[in-house]
Amino acid sequence: MSALLTADWFQLDSYYRKFDLYNMVWSMDEGLGNMIVSGAPYGGPIAVVRDRKQFVRIMTTAKPVITIYNGVGNIISKILWNNGVLVHMGWSDGEQLLCVQESGDVLIYDMFGAYQKTFSMGQEARDTKVCKAQLFSNPHGIGLAVMTTTNRMFLVSNVSEPKVRPVPDVPRANEPITCWCVLSTGLRSSAVIGFLVCRDKEVYRCQLGESRPLLMRPEISNAYTQILTIVPSQNGRHIALFTDSGILWIGSSEFKSKYCEIDTGYIKQPKELVWCGSQAIIGHWDDTMCIYGFNGTTVSYPYDGPFHLIPEMDCVRIISEMTHELVQKVPVVVEKIFRINSTAPGSYLVEASKQFQRRSHRADEYIRLVKPDLASAVQDCVDAAAFEFCPDVQKLLARAAQFGKGFLSDAVLTEHYVRTCRWLRVLNAVRDPRVAVPLTYLQVQNLGERILLDRLIWRRLHCLAGHIASYLQLKDGQTRVLSHWACYKVTQPHLDNESAAREIGEKLRNIPGISYSTIAMKAAEKGRKTLAIKILEYETRSKLQVPLLLALGEGPTALLKATASGDTDLVYIVLLHLKEKMGKHEFELTIRSFPLAHALYIKYCASHNREALRQVFVQEDEFAGQAASHIRDALEPPSPGSAEASLLSARECYRKGKNDLGVSICEEARKLCKQQSSLQETYGESFVGLSLQDTVKKLLNQGEVKLADKLRSEYKMPDRRYWWLRILTLAERDEWAQLETFSKSKKSPVGYEPFVDACLKYGKNDEALNYLPKCRDDIKVKYYVKAEFYEEAAQVAFDQKDESALFFVQNKCPVRESTKHAKIQALLDQLSTKK
Amino acid sequence: MKETKMCTHLSGGRLNVAILQETMRKELLNLLQICEGKKVIIWDEWLAGPVGLVAQYSVLKEHEVADMFPLRPGSLPTISVNHIIFIARPKLVLMDLVADYILSLRSKQSSRVEFHLFFVPRKSELCEKHLKNRSVLANLSLQEFKCDIFPFDSDVMSLELQNDFRENYLEGDPTCLYNAAQAIRTIQHLYGIIPRVYGKGQAAKQVWDLLCRLNKEEQGTSPRGVSTACIDQLLLLDRAIDFTSIMSTQLNYEGLIDELYGIKSTTATFPGHKFVSPDDASPEVTARERKRIILNSGEELFTELRDCNFTAVGAALSKKARVIKTQLDERHNDKSVQEIKQFVSRLPQMLANKQSLAVHTAIAEYIKETTDSFEFHDTIQCEEDFLNCIDNEKVCPFIEDLIAQKAPLTKVLRLICLQCVTGSGLKPKVLEYYKRELVQVYGLNTWLTLCNLEKCGLLKPQTGTRQYAVLRKTLHLTVDESDLDAKEKSYLSSKYIPLTVRLSEHIAKNKGWTGIADVLGSLPGPILDELQSLQPRMIRRNSISSENSSSIENPKVILVFFIGGCTYHEISALRSISQQEDSNVEFVVLTTKLINGNTFIETLMEAE
Repeated sequence: MSALLTADWFQLDSYYRKFDLYNMVWSMDEGLGNMIVSGAPYGGPIAVVRDRKQFVRIMTTAKPVITIYNGVGNIISKILWNNGVLVHMGWSDGEQLLCVQESGDVLIYDMFGAYQKTFSMGQEARDTKVCKAQLFSNPHGIGLAVMTTTNRMFLVSNVSEPKVRPVPDVPRANEPITCWCVLSTGLRSSAVIGFLVCRDKEVYRCQLGESRPLLMRPEISNAYTQILTIVPSQNGRHIALFTDSGILWIGSSEFKSKYCEIDTGYIKQPKELVWCGSQAIIGHWDDTMCIYGFNGTTVSYPYDGPFHLIPEMDCVRIISEMTHELVQKVPVVVEKIFRINSTAPGSYLVEASKQFQRRSHRADEYIRLVKPDLASAVQDCVDAAAFEFCPDVQKLLARAAQFGKGFLSDAVLTEHYVRTCRWLRVLNAVRDPRVAVPLTYLQVQNLGERILLDRLIWRRLHCLAGHIASYLQLKDGQTRVLSHWACYKVTQPHLDNESAAREIGEKLRNIPGISYSTIAMKAAEKGRKTLAIKILEYETRSKLQVPLLLALGEGPTALLKATASGDTDLVYIVLLHLKEKMGKHEFELTIRSFPLAHALYIKYCASHNREALRQVFVQEDEFAGQAASHIRDALEPPSPGSAEASLLSARECYRKGKNDLGVSICEEARKLCKQQSSLQETYGESFVGLSLQDTVKKLLNQGEVKLADKLRSEYKMPDRRYWWLRILTLAERDEWAQLETFSKSKKSPVGYEPFVDACLKYGKNDEALNYLPKCRDDIKVKYYVKAEFYEEAAQVAFDQKDESALFFVQNKCPVRESTKHAKIQALLDQLSTKK
Repeated sequence: MKETKMCTHLSGGRLNVAILQETMRKELLNLLQICEGKKVIIWDEWLAGPVGLVAQYSVLKEHEVADMFPLRPGSLPTISVNHIIFIARPKLVLMDLVADYILSLRSKQSSRVEFHLFFVPRKSELCEKHLKNRSVLANLSLQEFKCDIFPFDSDVMSLELQNDFRENYLEGDPTCLYNAAQAIRTIQHLYGIIPRVYGKGQAAKQVWDLLCRLNKEEQGTSPRGVSTACIDQLLLLDRAIDFTSIMSTQLNYEGLIDELYGIKSTTATFPGHKFVSPDDASPEVTARERKRIILNSGEELFTELRDCNFTAVGAALSKKARVIKTQLDERHNDKSVQEIKQFVSRLPQMLANKQSLAVHTAIAEYIKETTDSFEFHDTIQCEEDFLNCIDNEKVCPFIEDLIAQKAPLTKVLRLICLQCVTGSGLKPKVLEYYKRELVQVYGLNTWLTLCNLEKCGLLKPQTGTRQYAVLRKTLHLTVDESDLDAKEKSYLSSKYIPLTVRLSEHIAKNKGWTGIADVLGSLPGPILDELQSLQPRMIRRNSISSENSSSIENPKVILVFFIGGCTYHEISALRSISQQEDSNVEFVVLTTKLINGNTFIETLMEAE
């Protein structure tokens, strides 16, 4: 079997191998030879369009068609090209097809031929016309470089955020250029991007950010007159030149060191010249593919038909009309194990495993041979398995590893084994002809699991992506797959809204973090409003749901959701939006079925627009609210004299609302207001706005007792309060004699305590003595104390035979009044002895 | 070093409130770091105090905050800094002020200034739109300062929402409920999911529903915070189930300070003249200036005093004075060098105690002036009568007299509301009489205030049931001094125990609502009794801990969330319950705002 495994190997500096990936199923009427072919890296789709520079018998429409195939040649989509002259096609790292036009406009399509967007390479490129373009990968992403007919050069370093930047011109700019390429060196922070431009013998380096080009001097020993082709390696560290004397020069990218010079025997410019890894170059001459190693060895393969080379980071893929092949350097571990006569531990382990399968005792002999290096043997087998494409070989190696593992207990190795097997399963799944993404293990490691998942999603292989996500236990993998699935689902026009929404709802029900609003937005973009609304039903985050509902014109639903969220800010947004969009009547009708929205609208109006507020109240037959707003008007009349009218309106509102007290309050207020105006005229002092009490008080202060009396009876002021008022005003005016007269005018309805309080308030404690005896018995003591007549208080308490009251007096009497204390004490003793 | 010192008073309890402070402060400092160089902060005045609890001015200064101004109408001094930062709540009125500032400054100043607006606690599209209409949005970078809870003390946190009760019950604007739900999320993010949730009242139910909704919205997208549950139970209480406790005057020390002088963000302001000490350099200045005192558990003496009934404060102070005196006198005794060394090391603490004793003696004197007055005494007597259901059926002559003397309206309204809630409404005639009297004395404006109170349910005509009377009996809301046993007396700071506190106590002692279903039924709004799902990992952890350690070692932590505000009296009463000997529970209070009867009524009054 080992002999068989090395059958496709060949030797340059080291071993290389070439093997079939797929049999192509495509059929092209014009033949592959007349086509421009552009394959996306990482086993991506292949775009094919007829080369207009070649003469072919036209059998189809005059307009070119770009056909996009997958790895086995199944058509994914077709784009009818009806734009300008197509200069170049290439793929972004998002697997989007970039079509560069002569005008410098770059049209972007997805792999399903759906137009995405356009960006331009600038006005100058448009004016002078782009003649050549190249896509290149650099730390910022996939970049695009163009050369115009006047040899001006522009580039963008990342096509997803195109920012066009010029590079310095080569000297004698208008003379023709033989070949050029883009070179990107360095890592992210220190990336240097520049053009390498060859004119006849000269090589210029035109770097971004430099003011002038640099002349490079490759040391080429064989005579030549022109450099026909220049190609940088994938990592930008090496350069290959091809001269018109048929010499292939290989050296470092700064041209400081030369690795080798190879006479190819061809003097014609190769159709394609690409790096295979970083230690071999593949040239494409007519129907022959030649591989050159640095030591000058060449291996050539004749083809019986046209073919194209697609360079990858660690290999080159060759597509011809019949097959899809891969050329790569045989990975070191694979070489160690399968090389003929290899004595590497891995090799023995494989042999041991094979013998073990055969139930042969020799398994033991082999395993004894590798015992000291068993760990590294297992490691090698696992690693080698990862590099293999053929499942049988993978199994062979995995079995060997497993067999060897049985003699060890190494957790790290086991983990590595499990991980690799898991990855192999994933790789085999994506390499399957039905998926046809021929990724190598290195490539998939470089991409990462998330991007691999994205790539499957872009191919709409949601089921497979979902399985892989759960198989690899990707965090939020399911969420991403299903979100995208749903977004795709809603764009399919043949599904009816009801079932699509239901299906989406069911599939995504238990998946956390799904943004239904994004899905709904997608549906809305496709003009499927009903579906969008149905999907929005599932959205739990109101902040996302509501604005979209508004945008879809679903005002009432938006309002419903906003009110349910409890987020008042959201409700306001909806309200203001609806107010703008709807007629007044419709608006009011809509919001009245939402109490919260209604309340908030009222609040908004109350602070912004009193008239609108009143209208709402009128609409709602909310009489109390109307009345309140009229009263507010009356309190700060918008125009002088309008207060009465406002109060009248308020009264009417209360009458309608059957609030009798309200009616009478308003009526009184109106009457008072009227009287106040006339008082104001009589006395020339301000009365309006005062309360009844204050009005009466003011009159009393003016000495208008009669008028005050009149008002008092008119407004049914209780006696109690009127007396209080009289007492306080008299005290305030220092009319103590009159106060006494008043106290005697008739029996006080308030008792005589207020008289005492009034006296005390103005410090007339002696005046208080007039009234103290008349105080109610149960509080007489307290009032004597209040007026600081402690002895008298004590006497009253004694007379009432109230011991606790006496204690109270004793307690209240200030300590310094020792004589009084003694008297109180005496009374106390007397009282206690009496008992 | 300084920062750790600052928040020691917050980390004293079972729930480390300092974590909250730390989180919020980091949030603010991160935001400040976005603006490099010198900056000036312009505050929404309402926020300046609460945010001060999170990050003091000194901390802000370290982050190159050169100056601070209040956000007020009027012109602004010219500022020469790179960044001007507005910190404001998302309110349209404030947005107008911000826009005015920017526009006026833009016309005045030529140098380049960058404007920032930090929304507290979250952005509002409405405001953004408004700013856009005022065409200042382009110059303004908007940020969110997600600070929705302010740490007040080791067991008190507040959302500090202005007008929350008014908005919800009067204007039908439930923004505060949304904020409350978000705040619980913040709490759960910091302290873990709270496994058990109880609640009572409409607002409690609404907050719970919103919380469930928010949890569902964020399901899977946000990573969980802490995985251990630091809080065992959450009790959501709607303020509307208990107005009685707000309307009665608070009689504990801290509560009285709040009633008489007002406590704002743990700081109270007093006139200066009683703070003059004999060794004061310039006594006139001290007397003239108003004295700001920070009141929190960082001060040992205040921690002892705050929950005492005021009548006990005098005794406590003199006892403390004696202790300090003996401590200080020890130095006169003959001592070894070693002992003197010890004494000296204790000296700073003693001097601090002496200082705080002086401060609280002064405060107590101020308060005593009021509490000794006949007026205060009469008011308390009237309140007590109402609370004991005496004479709350008819027009109260004391209130009548107050009206006749045109006493402060809030005071009168407070008493009337108390009469109404304790009488489970007022007889229609009585209500009408009060209304007429009030309008005649205080003017027509009062009519609108009365309408507001009626709309909130603070004033209402009497209905059949006397629920307060029933509750008073079944839940022992009032206690007669005669039938108090010594144990209970020790922890009661007042003759009235708030209903909310009794409910919390019941939850703590009886594992839920069982046993008081009838009582709860007579209160408005639905009852909540829910379980919150735990992460599997946590369930395991908890079950292990419950097997290993007896519940006595690990007291339960119950978060009581007052939706609509709470008083210092209630907090004190809750503290007293935790401090009881046989208690196995620690209460932590979360409130939408700290209130008292006056501030509560004021928010419901019609603007002048």
